[in-house]
Amino acid sequence: MQSLSNRSKVVVKKDLTFMERIYLPAIFGGMLITIKHFFKKKVTLNYPEVTREYAAVYRGKHVLKRDENGAERCTACGLCAVSCPAEAITMVAAERKTGEEKLYREEKYASTYEINMLRCIFCGLCEEACPKEAIFLTDVLVPTSFERGEFIYGKTELVEPLDKRVDISIRQTQAVLDFKTNKQLTHNRI
Amino acid sequence: MFTPALIYSLIFIVIIFSITLVIAMYSTYAERKVAAFLQDRLGPNRAGPFGILQPVADGIKMFMKEEIIPDVSNKWLFILGPSVSMATCLMTSAVLPWGSGLTIGGTKYPMQVADVNIGILYVFGVVSIGVYGIMIGGWASNNKYSLLGALRASSQMISYEVAMGLSIIALVMMTGTLSVREIAEGQPGGHWNVLYQPLGFLIFIICAFAETNRAPFDLPECETELVGGYHTEYSSMKLGFYLFAEYINMFISSAVIATLYFGGYNMPFISRFVTDPNTLSLLGTAFLFGKIFFFIFFFMWVRWTIPRFRYDQLMNLGWKGLIPLAILNIFLTGLIMWATGKIN
Repeated sequence: MQSLSNRSKVVVKKDLTFMERIYLPAIFGGMLITIKHFFKKKVTLNYPEVTREYAAVYRGKHVLKRDENGAERCTACGLCAVSCPAEAITMVAAERKTGEEKLYREEKYASTYEINMLRCIFCGLCEEACPKEAIFLTDVLVPTSFERGEFIYGKTELVEPLDKRVDISIRQTQAVLDFKTNKQLTHNRI
Repeated sequence: MFTPALIYSLIFIVIIFSITLVIAMYSTYAERKVAAFLQDRLGPNRAGPFGILQPVADGIKMFMKEEIIPDVSNKWLFILGPSVSMATCLMTSAVLPWGSGLTIGGTKYPMQVADVNIGILYVFGVVSIGVYGIMIGGWASNNKYSLLGALRASSQMISYEVAMGLSIIALVMMTGTLSVREIAEGQPGGHWNVLYQPLGFLIFIICAFAETNRAPFDLPECETELVGGYHTEYSSMKLGFYLFAEYINMFISSAVIATLYFGGYNMPFISRFVTDPNTLSLLGTAFLFGKIFFFIFFFMWVRWTIPRFRYDQLMNLGWKGLIPLAILNIFLTGLIMWATGKIN
């Protein structure tokens, strides 16, 4: 039958030649290959001690950023929760009292802010939606656990500690910030 | 009753026994390391430095596992199977010479448990009993996979024993003795038997792979077809015994190959520099173990290189390939011996 695609090949079943039938040349060839691999550099990394370098855009555990003075940036606008395709984010908003200016940057803040890490798909849309540059994804992995409840991360786990600031400059370069805030771009106009 | 010779023999037996077990134990570790290195991996390296305690951890795990004896199995035979396997493979080391001899207090003791004048026949006999361990275990399990595995194992081992025996006959014709020690001593310096019997050695080593049920002839326990082969129903240390027996067999096979074809404990030209007979003897033992370790590595190297044979290919190779070759080898050996005037 004529081939329509011109890619068909006629399959031939050849009998093995004598050299192939005594197996030994092929066996020696194979053993030569394996012994070469014996002395090659190994690809295994001793994981907890050595880690592979993450990509610059790696999306891991979230962080709620503070501003330069150490006040929380989040104003509990809820855009992250709305943008979240997995519905992993919930929050309760509260009003800032007088005397709390050092703690929260604006008059409204999130009194509870929870991310369910089992629901989260680490897409990064919350980061993209945030108008206050408050939430970012970092290159930290979410650790495993035996209890489902332990995967619901509250503010204690998410807000960056004052004495251990989280560097997100790899994820938010100037170009990214411009893309998010430049009013010339259509997606930033309301 | 307790003459020095007897006490020496007992101590020597215990030493050989423990060396065999330790080497078998560390063969499991070496196997995993060699496999890993041949596949560009690192292998076990968590238990102790370089994973050196891995066999101990494996042993403890084996002992802690639940012991299951199937309800429908024949319990006595079920327990007998691994016991026979283990016992026979430990018996083989009795006739192998591990060194030329030690002089203690003016008396010379051989580094060998028993210098039997039919040593090779003894090895073959004991190895043949090893088939029963597998056969009994597979039969007693009352499981079709176990039975198929056991049938494969026994038919394979029996058919390759024929070729193995025939390849040895040529060697025995050449050396004129059945004693393992005399064969070892008959190849001083670099005059290894492998140089005079290359074809016989090739047949012997192929058969050794089949006898120890190792890849490429590991059909009795091929996971893809038979779950676990003859030890499908075994658990805990009974399974451990079967696996352990395989490694001991590998060690013994390596020792037999090194002794029969690669000069055993003989060393070239070292005797010119070292004069103390005891040191010389122990150096020879170290030489022998070096050869044995090389062959154990060779076994592993082959296992992680070559895919498994199909069963009909295995039988074809055994009956139509190796046995005629072995007979040809006997014929050629006789012809050459006649031509060079060794026999008339």
